[in-house]
Amino acid sequence: MAEIKLDSLIKSYGPDQVLHHVGADIEDGEFIVIVGPSGCGKSTLLRMIAGLETITSGEVSIGGKVVNGLEPADRDIAMVFQNYALYPHMSVRQNMAYGLKIRGTPKAEIARRVQEAAEILEIGAFLDRKPRQLSGGQRQRVAMGRAIVRDPQVFLFDEPLSNLDAKLRVQMRLEIRKLQKRLGVTSIFVTHDQVEAMTLGDRLMVLNGGYVEQFGTPIELYDRPETVFVAGFIGSPAMNFLPAEADGGVVTLANGVSLPGAEGVRGKITFGVRPEHLVPDAAGPIRVQVQVFEALGANTLVHGVLEGTDTELVVSLPGHETPTPGDVLCYAAPGEHHHLFDAESGARIAP
Amino acid sequence: MLKRVHFPASLLPYLLVAPQVFITLVFFIWPASQAVYQSLLVQDAFGLSTEFVWFENFEYLWGNQQYRDTFGRTIFFSVAVAFLSMSFALILAGFADRVIRGSTVYRTLLIWPYAVAPVLAGALWLFMFNPTLGIIPFILDAFGRDWNHYLNGGEAMFLVIIAAAWKQVAYNFLFYLAAMQSIPRSIIEAAAIDGAGPVRRFVTVIFPLISPTTFFLLVVNAVYAFFETFGIIHAVTQGGPANATTTLVYKVYNDGFIGLDLGGSAAQSVILMILVIAMTVVQFRFIEKRVQY
Repeated sequence: MAEIKLDSLIKSYGPDQVLHHVGADIEDGEFIVIVGPSGCGKSTLLRMIAGLETITSGEVSIGGKVVNGLEPADRDIAMVFQNYALYPHMSVRQNMAYGLKIRGTPKAEIARRVQEAAEILEIGAFLDRKPRQLSGGQRQRVAMGRAIVRDPQVFLFDEPLSNLDAKLRVQMRLEIRKLQKRLGVTSIFVTHDQVEAMTLGDRLMVLNGGYVEQFGTPIELYDRPETVFVAGFIGSPAMNFLPAEADGGVVTLANGVSLPGAEGVRGKITFGVRPEHLVPDAAGPIRVQVQVFEALGANTLVHGVLEGTDTELVVSLPGHETPTPGDVLCYAAPGEHHHLFDAESGARIAP
Repeated sequence: MLKRVHFPASLLPYLLVAPQVFITLVFFIWPASQAVYQSLLVQDAFGLSTEFVWFENFEYLWGNQQYRDTFGRTIFFSVAVAFLSMSFALILAGFADRVIRGSTVYRTLLIWPYAVAPVLAGALWLFMFNPTLGIIPFILDAFGRDWNHYLNGGEAMFLVIIAAAWKQVAYNFLFYLAAMQSIPRSIIEAAAIDGAGPVRRFVTVIFPLISPTTFFLLVVNAVYAFFETFGIIHAVTQGGPANATTTLVYKVYNDGFIGLDLGGSAAQSVILMILVIAMTVVQFRFIEKRVQY
């Protein structure tokens, strides 16, 4: 069992710096999800923790021990790869036993651990098959099995669900979550899928362009996104952003409509409100000209523009609604759901 | 409905394959059938009389101790060449696979020997091992070892094996490197995380995964050593001393063009033809099935 400390990690390829001063304290048994768009450096960060990439500067410590100079094998970690990376010439049993065999574990012990892991993952029936005889979901389980038999201090997951179909992905997501809670092993999971991130992680690290945008619990990220990027990335459908002007406790939108709020703030801001926080109100200040709507069954997504502007807006309404395209609908945005960001830097303005 | 295009039955398809068929007939089928026909003849050394003798030439070879010795020698030679060039190429490829900086230069240089003509490759090694001028006998002399492949059959064999293997290393290297680079990086990384060091990874993961390439190269190298080493042997030892480096192909040449036993020589080349057909069949069968792992 181990806590992980990332201290001001930097990664550069020649003159290009791809990770900038990444720091985090991860507690023992925590499930951390690193999430961000492709190319944000999330896999690089994971591979640095695993020891598959060199660390340009900064420190990684696992269980209080700095591991910068250690080989991957000596870091007591297990990793699940995106393409599973099973050894194609070995049976499932041999795949799972490989790491233990190298470490000189006694045969009886290996057999016992493989059996145990196979039972947990329900792959006992095909221990003697080769990976190519398995389906994607089964391979995924074997890859997990290979990680858990070793009983490592840390699990690292590099987008392990992205090769599965949508249904299986949801199922495996739940299973990984349950398994991690049951084993209590500190885990780091990399994904580009914000739903996966929200459902799996105890805490999320949002990476963008090599910078940590925010590091917190899913609900913190949802309720109080620190930057426009996080606000837009977490939550589905994404938050609406309206350019606005703040002065003397009043926010004025681009079409001249004013709302109360933003005490003590002056100048250009980005006004954010989530689609699900807009409530129908005949006297509401946010007037939306409807373009199309999507009926999802449980709710209806109304796509339109802020009346008098080109700024697109999405409203999520519960139940079935059938608005007519071209109509103007009015919504109110309760003050506690306002998000104000600096128009220049994108940083959150209190509250 | 798919619209099918029908060509009227005409001469066109036959005309299109005609050049290929013509070349095959003139350069392969005709000489091969001539060889088969020749192998059934006995001709006197001056070419004045020819007699049709059915399979007498083959019967003679069957009972000929010298021919059997040559057969054994060729197999030894082939195994040695294949083993030496393949294992050396495997080691080089293993290292080249890990090189990141300057890998193109490294690879290009390693491919050069393949571009050297067999006779030149032979001449090169001949100079290096020349008992009076060569650098290697000079060095060996310092260790009190006397080298003379003109007199010592074993040394002569060693020399042609080295020369033949050296030339083939480049080819094997290319295939091994390509095979190694087609192994997904994450499998190697997974093995590294599982605790396997470089040597262990090579033995337990990389080598089993490139076994199809190994089999392919085994056949190719055997064919090479059997048939394409004539130039090297001719340049280095001329099959000597005392036939110590005479392989089957060299014997075909020697008996036919030096000994002027055209029938016997043709019979030997027919046997070689059957051998190469057999090897090709094995290889094709294998390529269809692939190695199951």
